[in-house]
Amino acid sequence: MSALGRQRWLGPAMFLPAILYVVALVGVPFVLAFLYSVGDVKVGSVGYHFVGLANFKSVLQSPTFLRSLRNSFVFTIASQVLVLLGANILAMALKNVFPGRRFVRFLILLPWVAPVSIGSIGWKWILDSLYSVINWVLIRFHLVNEFSPPMYLGEPKLAMISVILVHTWHMLPFATVIILAGWTAIPKDIPEAASVDGARFFRRLFQIELPMMLPIINVAVLFGVIFTFTDMTVVYILTRGGPYDTTQVLPSQAFFTGILGSDLAEGAAISLFLVPLLVVVAWLMLRTAHKAEVT
Amino acid sequence: MAVGLKARQGFGRAVHVLVLLFFSVALGFPFYWMVITSFKQNPDLYNLKNNPFIFNMKPTLEHVTFLFRETLFLRWLGNTLFAGICVVTITLLLAVPAAYALTRITGRWGGHVGIAIFLTYLVPPTLLFIPLSRIVALLGLQDTLWSIIVVYPSFTIPFSIWLLMGFFKSIPRELEDAAMVDGLTRFQAFLKLVIPISVSGILTVVIFTFTLVTQEFVYALTFISSASHQTVGVGVPIYLVRGDVYYWGSLMAACLISALPIGILYNLFLDRFIAGFTVGSVK
Repeated sequence: MSALGRQRWLGPAMFLPAILYVVALVGVPFVLAFLYSVGDVKVGSVGYHFVGLANFKSVLQSPTFLRSLRNSFVFTIASQVLVLLGANILAMALKNVFPGRRFVRFLILLPWVAPVSIGSIGWKWILDSLYSVINWVLIRFHLVNEFSPPMYLGEPKLAMISVILVHTWHMLPFATVIILAGWTAIPKDIPEAASVDGARFFRRLFQIELPMMLPIINVAVLFGVIFTFTDMTVVYILTRGGPYDTTQVLPSQAFFTGILGSDLAEGAAISLFLVPLLVVVAWLMLRTAHKAEVT
Repeated sequence: MAVGLKARQGFGRAVHVLVLLFFSVALGFPFYWMVITSFKQNPDLYNLKNNPFIFNMKPTLEHVTFLFRETLFLRWLGNTLFAGICVVTITLLLAVPAAYALTRITGRWGGHVGIAIFLTYLVPPTLLFIPLSRIVALLGLQDTLWSIIVVYPSFTIPFSIWLLMGFFKSIPRELEDAAMVDGLTRFQAFLKLVIPISVSGILTVVIFTFTLVTQEFVYALTFISSASHQTVGVGVPIYLVRGDVYYWGSLMAACLISALPIGILYNLFLDRFIAGFTVGSVK
């Protein structure tokens, strides 16, 4: 074979194995998820019969599903708003060098770096029904009744708030470091010139710095939305979706239905409700990336 | 006027310290709590009258010894390490050549493939786990560590290709051109020249692949049903619980031991990790 011929085959030979691996284990199951959702697949079943939209019909009629769908949005929006607020404040506090900055950065990074299942179990202990340290403090200061302290994971509203806050805790470092990277990338001379002009802190922040930060904040938000909307770990560890399915989200319900309940078809139908949001986010991301390329 | 300025600066500094303090406590508290719980004696831990923030009795190692002697914790650590090494190997073998080919050999559409790979970031395990559980069963891998060893590269490879493409782009083309003029083929130039100067990029991929393996929860929970085949991430929160009884002391010790080493490693490589997410939006 000529050198040039070899050259032509070299590229595909180097990237095809990786691409095929990913297609086999992401592309194929992705397509299968659609096929399952319009079929009658159960754990251990052999054949496949097309059942049309029957699974979606049964899913949409279940009150638990509608609640999960709503919870998923509440969970994602609430935690992302908190993350965005917190991460911007924290990134601003971290952008200038001060003694101990590296240690603080390490400390605030831990919630993201520690396996989320492990972090959640730590919170489960902090929110324990009997030994909650939060309640110990609240009782000490006579803020709650000693004999019926709040059960953070046992009451629907409190459980939802707990799940949201724990997820915020987990995602905050990720958004912070990304936004921090944006701050360090802003040309230094612009903000300083503005401060010489006497522009006050907030005017500078809102008129000059935040607009420049927008693309990177976008990245943090888009990834944050994906990671939150599709996560079931926090819910699974803290509440198992309870009490009475009040904290169930789409992914956890897909797990309970499809894996624990062995109804693969209905589980697949539930998880497919994640797709529209994924498509929107993917589209927004491509647009952000494209804009960055053009400018 | 001067006084006003000074006062404002002092105020700014105080706000700065307060903000840092608030976030450090809010984000770091659970880890402090893991430490204190891990070394407390049970009578101290489960006495509501005691101040929970301090050791009211002598600290003890009993939870840690219990964890290593009486539970599967060591086994889980071993499983995680083994799975991690296998996944890292598969990922490197497939992702390094792919990333190189897509940046240097395939020309313009290599970039498009790169973006397509980037988009697979967005397909979550919670969408794929149901069909994958069938594929895993079909391959005869259900309830084995091999199930996750086979499946994990499906997300570590795209992540690594993306990171490495950014890395290879920063290597000057002239270097390889010169080597090829000297008689090396493209592939030899890749092996003998590009890989050695990319060690730090490859090391980054190793670290992140490994941390992704330790952090994964959904697949391991879905595919593996025996406690003894589990990884740390599922074993600790699911199987250290006996019935409804939580052994909080050992549980928190397990959390601490599995979280800290990863935390430290990750912190060392943080900047590269960020670059992987922000390519295109920061210059």
